[in-house]
Amino acid sequence: MRALWHLIRRDLTLVLRSGTDAGAALAFFVVTVTLFPFGIGPEPEILGRVAAGLIWVSALLATLLSMERLFQADYEDGTLDQLLLAGVSAEAIAMAKIAAHWLVTGLPLLIVAPVMAALIQLPAGAYGVMIASLALGTPVLSLIGGIGAALILGARRGGALLALLVLPLFVPPLIFAVGAIDAAALGLSPRPNLLFLAGLLAAALPLAPVAAAAAIRQVLD
Amino acid sequence: MHRFANPARFMRLSARLLPWLAGATALLLAVGLYLALIASPPDYQQGQAVRIMYVHVPSAWLSMAVYGAMALASIAYLVWKHPLAGLFTKAVAPVGAGFTALCLVTGSLWGEPMWGTWWVWDARLTSVLILFFLYLGYIALVGAFDDAERGLRVGAVLVLVGTVNLPIIKFSVDWWNTLHQPASVGRLDGPTMDTAMLIPLLVMALAFTLLFAVLALVRTRAELTWRKVEVLRLFQAAGE
Amino acid sequence: MTILSAEKIACQRAGRLVFRDVSLRLDAGGAIVVVGRNGAGKSSLLRLLAGLLKPLMGSVRTEPSPDDQRRMFGYVGHHDAVKPTLTALENLVFWAGLADRREARARAELALEAFDISQLADLPGRILSAGQKRRLSLGRLLVAPARIWLLDEPSVALDREGVRRLEGEIGRHQASGGGVVVATHQDLTIAGAETLDLEAHRPGQRTAGG
Repeated sequence: MRALWHLIRRDLTLVLRSGTDAGAALAFFVVTVTLFPFGIGPEPEILGRVAAGLIWVSALLATLLSMERLFQADYEDGTLDQLLLAGVSAEAIAMAKIAAHWLVTGLPLLIVAPVMAALIQLPAGAYGVMIASLALGTPVLSLIGGIGAALILGARRGGALLALLVLPLFVPPLIFAVGAIDAAALGLSPRPNLLFLAGLLAAALPLAPVAAAAAIRQVLD
Repeated sequence: MHRFANPARFMRLSARLLPWLAGATALLLAVGLYLALIASPPDYQQGQAVRIMYVHVPSAWLSMAVYGAMALASIAYLVWKHPLAGLFTKAVAPVGAGFTALCLVTGSLWGEPMWGTWWVWDARLTSVLILFFLYLGYIALVGAFDDAERGLRVGAVLVLVGTVNLPIIKFSVDWWNTLHQPASVGRLDGPTMDTAMLIPLLVMALAFTLLFAVLALVRTRAELTWRKVEVLRLFQAAGE
Repeated sequence: MTILSAEKIACQRAGRLVFRDVSLRLDAGGAIVVVGRNGAGKSSLLRLLAGLLKPLMGSVRTEPSPDDQRRMFGYVGHHDAVKPTLTALENLVFWAGLADRREARARAELALEAFDISQLADLPGRILSAGQKRRLSLGRLLVAPARIWLLDEPSVALDREGVRRLEGEIGRHQASGGGVVVATHQDLTIAGAETLDLEAHRPGQRTAGG
C-alpha cells in the first residue's frame, strides 16, 4: 500500500515534469470535440441531440491516445525489473500506473468537459449527469486501457493494436454513460444507467489491475 | 487431459482421427445442404430467404462456441502450462473469426430482403460484430511478438479478459438496443419452429461443428509442425 | 553458509536453448564471476537467478536468513532505470524511499558520494553521460540494501576510478555477509571470486560440470 502511494507520487512528478504529455490528451479531447460541428453542421438542435455521444467518444479516444506508453517507458529503461525485485507486486505497479493516468487525463477531462459541452449545445438539464458519468466512467476507461497497455508491452505496432484490443471493451461504459446523459436531457431518470456505470467501476477496480498484472508477468517470463 | 497434451501422442491420434472426421464432415455437409437448400419448404413469411438461416444460425453458434473453447484452452495454458493449449488457441482463432464473419455476412444478406437494409444495429448483430473485433484483436496481438511463446501467453490473458467482458458487452448492447427502439421487427427465431426446418438446421449445426473439429486438428497440427521446423533450424544453426 | 544455489538450470530464450546444466553455489561473503562469449547467456543467467526469468529446467534456491533484514536481490542490468526528468538525487531518493521511508534522502546522498557523483545531484537524468548513469545505477545498490548483488557488466562505461570504487563497494558488501554474482568481460578484482564459464554449458557441447 505504501509502495502504491510512492509509485503514484513518482508517476505524477514524472508527468508534471514533462508537461507536454499531460496536456496532449486534454488538447486532443478539445480539438476532437471542436471538429465535430464542422462534420455535422452547426445547427444547435442536431448538435444538442448528439452532444453526449460526441463528448464521450472524444473522451474515450483521448484516453486511448495517452494509454499506449503507460508501461512502456518503465519496461524499456529497466524500472519494471527493479520494482519487481524491490518486492512491489505487479498488481500494485499496474494499479499505481492506472491511478496516475486517471489523475492526469481523466480528472482534467471532468473539468474541461462542461465547457466543451456548452460549445456543442448539450441540453441544459444534462450537465450534472454528464459530469457524474465522466466521474464514474473515465476511471473505467483508464482501468480497461491499463489492461490493453500491459498486453501490448513489447509488441510491434503498439498503437493500432491497442485500439483494436481496447475499443470493444469500451462499449459498455460508453453505452451506459451516454444513456444516462440522454435520459437526463429528455427529463427521464438517469439513475439506472449511472448505477450500471458504477457497477462497471466496482467490477473493474479490483479485476483490471489483476489482469494487467497477469499480462506484465507474461512479459518478464 | 495430460495424456492428450503430449505433442507426439496428439500427432499420432489426430492423424488417425482426421480422415474419419473429414469424411463425416463432407457427408453431413452434403446432406445438410441438400436438406436446407432443396428439400426443406420455404417459409410462409420469409420465402426462400429463410434458407440463409441454415448457414447463419450454425455459424452464430460456432462463433460463440469457438470463443468458449479458446477460453478453456487459455485457462489450461496459463494455469497448467499445457503446450498444446496455447497452440490450439492460436490455431482456432482464425477459424472462429471466419465463422463470425460468415454469421455477419449471412445476417446482412438476410437483412436486405427482410429489413430492407444491409445492416441494422440489432442487439444480436452488434454483439456478434464486437465478438468479431475481439477475434481480430487476439489474432493481431498474438502475431505482434518476436517471441512466439510470449505472444501465446499474452494472447491467453486477452482471451480471458474478453471472456469476462463478453456477457457485460452483450448485456449493455441489449440495454442500448431497447433504449433506442430499433426499426427491426423480424426476429430470426420464431417461438415455434417446424420440424421440416429444425432437422436441416440441426444437421447443418452438426456438420459445422465437425468442420470446426477438422479445421482445429489440421491447424493445430500445422502449428506443431511449424514449431518443430523452427527447433530443427535452431539446432542446425547451433551446428549440432 | 550458502545463500544462493542453482541446480542444473537450463535457459531458453525466444525458442533457443542458451545454456544447460548450470549449477552454482554462492556463500555469504562469496563471489562468482560469470564469463562467456556474447550470447552465451550471462545476462539471462543473472535474470534467472533474480527470478525475472523462469528456468526451462532446474531450480534456483535462496536461503533466507532471519537475522538479515535486507531484501534478497540487488540487480544492475543493461538498463539503468534512470528517469530522464528526475534529478540524479531524486532518482535515488525514489528507490531509497521505496525500500524504507526513513532518511531516504540522507541515504541517497551517501550513495551519490560513494560513487563520487555528489556534484551531479541536481542535474536531470537526461543530461548525464553513460558512465554517470551507470554510477547512479550502482548507487541504487547502496540505498536499497540487498543480500545478493547481481551485476550485469557493471563496469561498462565506467572509468578506471569508477571501477576502483565499484570494487571497493563489492568488497564492503562481501564483508557485511553479502554475496555477489558478476557477469563481465573485464577483469574486476574481487576477493575469493570463483569463475563460472558458460562456454562449457553450451547446448551441443559435452558438459564439463558446474
